[in-house]
Amino acid sequence: MNAKELKKYFPILDQEVNGHPLVYLDSAATSQKPLQVIEAISDYYRTSNANVHRGVHTLGNRATDLYEGARDKVRRFINAGSTKEIIFLRGTTTALNLVAESYGRANVGEGDEIVITYMEHHSNIIPWQQLAKYTGATLKYIPMQEDGTISLEDVRATVTSNTKIVSVMMVSNVLGTINPIADITKIAHEHGAVMVVDAAQAAPHIHIDVQKLNCDFLAFSGHKMCGPTGIGVLYGKEQLLDNMEPIEFGGEMIDFVGLYESTWKELPWKFEGGTPIIAGAIGLGAAIDFLNEIGIDAIEQHEHKLASYALSTLTEISDLTIFGPKSGQDRAGVVTFNLGDVHPHDVATVLDAEGIAVRAGHHCAQPLMKWCEVSSTARASFYLYNTEEDIDRLAAGLLKTKEYFSDVF
Amino acid sequence: MSFNNLDQLYRQVIMDHYKNPRNKGSIEDGSVTVDMNNPTCGDRIHLTINVEDGIVTDAKFDGEGCSISMSSASMMTQAIKGKEIDEALRLANVFSDMMLGKDYPEDLDLGDIEALQGVAKFPARIKCATLSWKAMEKGLQQEK
Repeated sequence: MNAKELKKYFPILDQEVNGHPLVYLDSAATSQKPLQVIEAISDYYRTSNANVHRGVHTLGNRATDLYEGARDKVRRFINAGSTKEIIFLRGTTTALNLVAESYGRANVGEGDEIVITYMEHHSNIIPWQQLAKYTGATLKYIPMQEDGTISLEDVRATVTSNTKIVSVMMVSNVLGTINPIADITKIAHEHGAVMVVDAAQAAPHIHIDVQKLNCDFLAFSGHKMCGPTGIGVLYGKEQLLDNMEPIEFGGEMIDFVGLYESTWKELPWKFEGGTPIIAGAIGLGAAIDFLNEIGIDAIEQHEHKLASYALSTLTEISDLTIFGPKSGQDRAGVVTFNLGDVHPHDVATVLDAEGIAVRAGHHCAQPLMKWCEVSSTARASFYLYNTEEDIDRLAAGLLKTKEYFSDVF
Repeated sequence: MSFNNLDQLYRQVIMDHYKNPRNKGSIEDGSVTVDMNNPTCGDRIHLTINVEDGIVTDAKFDGEGCSISMSSASMMTQAIKGKEIDEALRLANVFSDMMLGKDYPEDLDLGDIEALQGVAKFPARIKCATLSWKAMEKGLQQEK
């Protein structure tokens, strides 16, 4: 793949910021959107907008076909067996909360355990904290290795026969670590627990096959993979979803409503209350088409290459501490760092003055920050439109930052 | 934006307060203790103030954060010492106006604080500068 060519599809990247050509290195927060996605959403509103699954008019049918067509694109993208297993929701956070509230409250009780890791995003911590508080279950953390990876021995030592749920992120939004989900799933299943996967940082970058992983639930967001904000996906095994109660009632999910009793639609609609996120789903479908055309494996290779290049280039800068796996092959396109005593905010401000967008803060992973023994870090994250020149600009920007603050420290 | 603009943000007096913070620490048995953080970035401040007869006799801060948040805390503690509660609260209002780029009374001698004016041009950093002032406001409101 040719990142420079692909950049042309992203109109937003063709601009100057603070007098410099923009270098966008914050795709782990949200990716930019290609013309194909922008146009799919615009076309939908220009030609086909109507509510889905209602009425008999032509636009309604068109909108329904597009919406359900997007569901099938998602199904194929993660190789799910059936579209019944693909639920459109607002995003990863909503999806994980649905699993915790619906599956969790029905299946977890006092004395049971929920197992997560130290590297999780807040969205894969708090729903389980709340579930543990509500049910009297215990929340346990799988420890982390020095290099920010998880060892299967530690997984085996943490998961017990009391464990009902194991929930782990597939790719770390801070360290870039790629976790061995299939192996962790096996261990969870050996103990009779269900496996939940937070794939928010995985879906944009690496191939996902839910049948191969054999996980029970998997969640991701559209906006990190070239799609619009406000759309996400919960995959769940049909048999599990079938036995779960909805947590949102009304609108799309309704089958029959009586004065005192009502029934729900079948899967997947029973979890899609209200008017669905129609344009969002169509935009996500277009994003998947776009990613497929490039090839998700090619994107993954491109990011390993960028990560390797960034690790070797940035290591040259003295006083720069890089967190996470040492090899670019072992991480997705994320490099988190601190520059000497300069606070990450100050780093990000100087880089912004150079037209370079990075994230600074705790990255919604405060327990991980604690593990790294820092209060915050700066993070550069790459996607299919980033090039080695972008990383050169970052390195040059960091040298300038160092120089700028040199008389302070 | 050029480095000239950055110089507006990182004025020398700010960097001096960052490097050599005034009133760093904690007052034991102070009359007011406030802990505040900035959830978007993890900056946090622990502020202790002593008030006697309606006058701020001492103020100290501890915490973690960027140059802007820490220097602002240093300047704030310096500025409120010896002031009546109402005066200190008025200063917090003036500072808030300054961050919004609004005019503030010219007769006020803000001293070092004036150096933080440049922050108004960096919307993403305003919350850094106002953290300690918000903490002070919260603490002194309770003492009123």
